[in-house]
Amino acid sequence: MSTVSMTVNGRKVSGECEDRTLLVHFLRDNLHLTGTHVGCDTSQCGACVVHLDGKSVKSCTMLAVQASGSEVTTIEGIAKGQDLHAVQTAFKEHHGLQCGYCTPGMIMTITDMINRHGSDLDEETVREELDGNICRCTGYHNIVKAALDAASKMGAGQQQVAAE
Amino acid sequence: MYETTYRRPTSIDEAVKLLRESDGEGKLMSGGMTLIPTMKARLAMPSALIDLRHIEDLKGISFENGRLRIGGGTTHAETKASETVRQNAPTFSYLAGLIGDPAVRHMGTVGGAVANHDPAADYPAALLAMGATIHTNTREIAADDFFTGMFETALEENEIVTAVSFEPPQAAGWEKFRNPASRYAMAGVFVAKRADGTVGVGVTGAGNNGVFRWTAAEEALSSSFDASALDGLSISPDDMMGDMHGSAGYRANLVKVVTKRAVNAAKG
Ligand SMILES: Cc1cc2nc3c(=O)[nH]c(=O)nc-3n(C[C@H](O)[C@H](O)[C@H](O)COP(=O)(O)OP(=O)(O)OC[C@H]3O[C@@H](n4cnc5c(N)ncnc54)[C@H](O)[C@@H]3O)c2cc1C
Ligand code: FES
Ligand code: FES
Repeated sequence: MSTVSMTVNGRKVSGECEDRTLLVHFLRDNLHLTGTHVGCDTSQCGACVVHLDGKSVKSCTMLAVQASGSEVTTIEGIAKGQDLHAVQTAFKEHHGLQCGYCTPGMIMTITDMINRHGSDLDEETVREELDGNICRCTGYHNIVKAALDAASKMGAGQQQVAAE
Repeated sequence: MYETTYRRPTSIDEAVKLLRESDGEGKLMSGGMTLIPTMKARLAMPSALIDLRHIEDLKGISFENGRLRIGGGTTHAETKASETVRQNAPTFSYLAGLIGDPAVRHMGTVGGAVANHDPAADYPAALLAMGATIHTNTREIAADDFFTGMFETALEENEIVTAVSFEPPQAAGWEKFRNPASRYAMAGVFVAKRADGTVGVGVTGAGNNGVFRWTAAEEALSSSFDASALDGLSISPDDMMGDMHGSAGYRANLVKVVTKRAVNAAKG
């Protein structure tokens, strides 16, 4: 057993867990943040993607102790109160989800993508970088649309801030 | 996953000491992108996991005396994003950006990838083709002597990959024919026209004994650096992997096709 301390969605947390506990289980079982999902046992589906120190990672392929001392952001941490994050809004507007199982991972992967590419994000890059996120329902088309729309809106927002 | 104990050393010496103390039962862990899935499937049960991610000496990318050096703890994403790599070895940068997916690239490292020597890993093909050197805490090993067989390397017990280094080639091409589901290479070929004018051809994903150099293609391309130089050559299916995704005969043909594409890519 180890004591694990990290900052999750801006809040300092700590808890006891076995060294073999995966980060996703620590988030779901210890912190009751059940938005992060588990969709496979082969590290391929991306339902479990969270941000570790600002970068997308698969929380099913990382031990909670590995993340100790880091900042973790989950799907629960991106909206501001009742105001959805731009990527969440775009998923809603473009019908980017059906059953919703893959959605938290998709959104965390896409926010990371936009953080790196900004409004330059193009369709080819979105499709290439969704390599590690599997969706059984949508056929991806509306997910890609949502990603591009959010990228252009977030990019425009950044320019506005810069111009002010 | 079986029980294990986690350790977080901050120096190479401390990591070696912890590994020694585990009496051969412990394992080094870099990104964990291979090790953790293996442990989840209960195919490995290390008593201790020695996390190398917090060792500064394993990080960093530099270009000195005509050689590019990439620390063993450098992630695929860092290699891809590095301006130093892009300027000196753009094809290597391109290769790093095609490994796995963004989340895998944020964690997986070059040290872990070469130590693991998965028969479909991408870096080994490039390192063989360029005649790279693998640096460890105790010695330097030529890539040719390092990759000894599928999932096997020249690494001794308690040896840590600290860096890889190579002289950037004059021209290079990387072509990865991906399995549509796993996206690992079914044949991945790195063609490098080395600084001395000779050509290296490293092949991954296809050989039945891990990554290999296609020496007949190297000779043909060293005399004429053109895809047509490969026309008369063939690869024996006896040396190829055959599985549900493609027979050995299919892979033997694929290697030739993919090598030609890599040559064309190198000629830009
Ligand atoms: C979904 C998915 C897709 C992938 N796709 C690809 C792909 O297309 N191409 C590709 O090449 N790879 C792919 N990979 C593998 C990925 O590149 C791994 O990151 C890499 O093979 C292992 O690196 P790591 O740092 O994660 O090593 P780890 O998993 O931490 O370790 C792997 C092995 O190496 C040992 N080790 C680790 N670091 C060192 C060191 N510095 N010195 C000595 N021994 C060490 C460990 O003990 C272990 O045995 C994929 C992985 C996943 C999960
Ligand atoms: S649950 Fe993490 S990749 Fe599938
Ligand atoms: S919406 Fe059902 S898996 Fe993606």
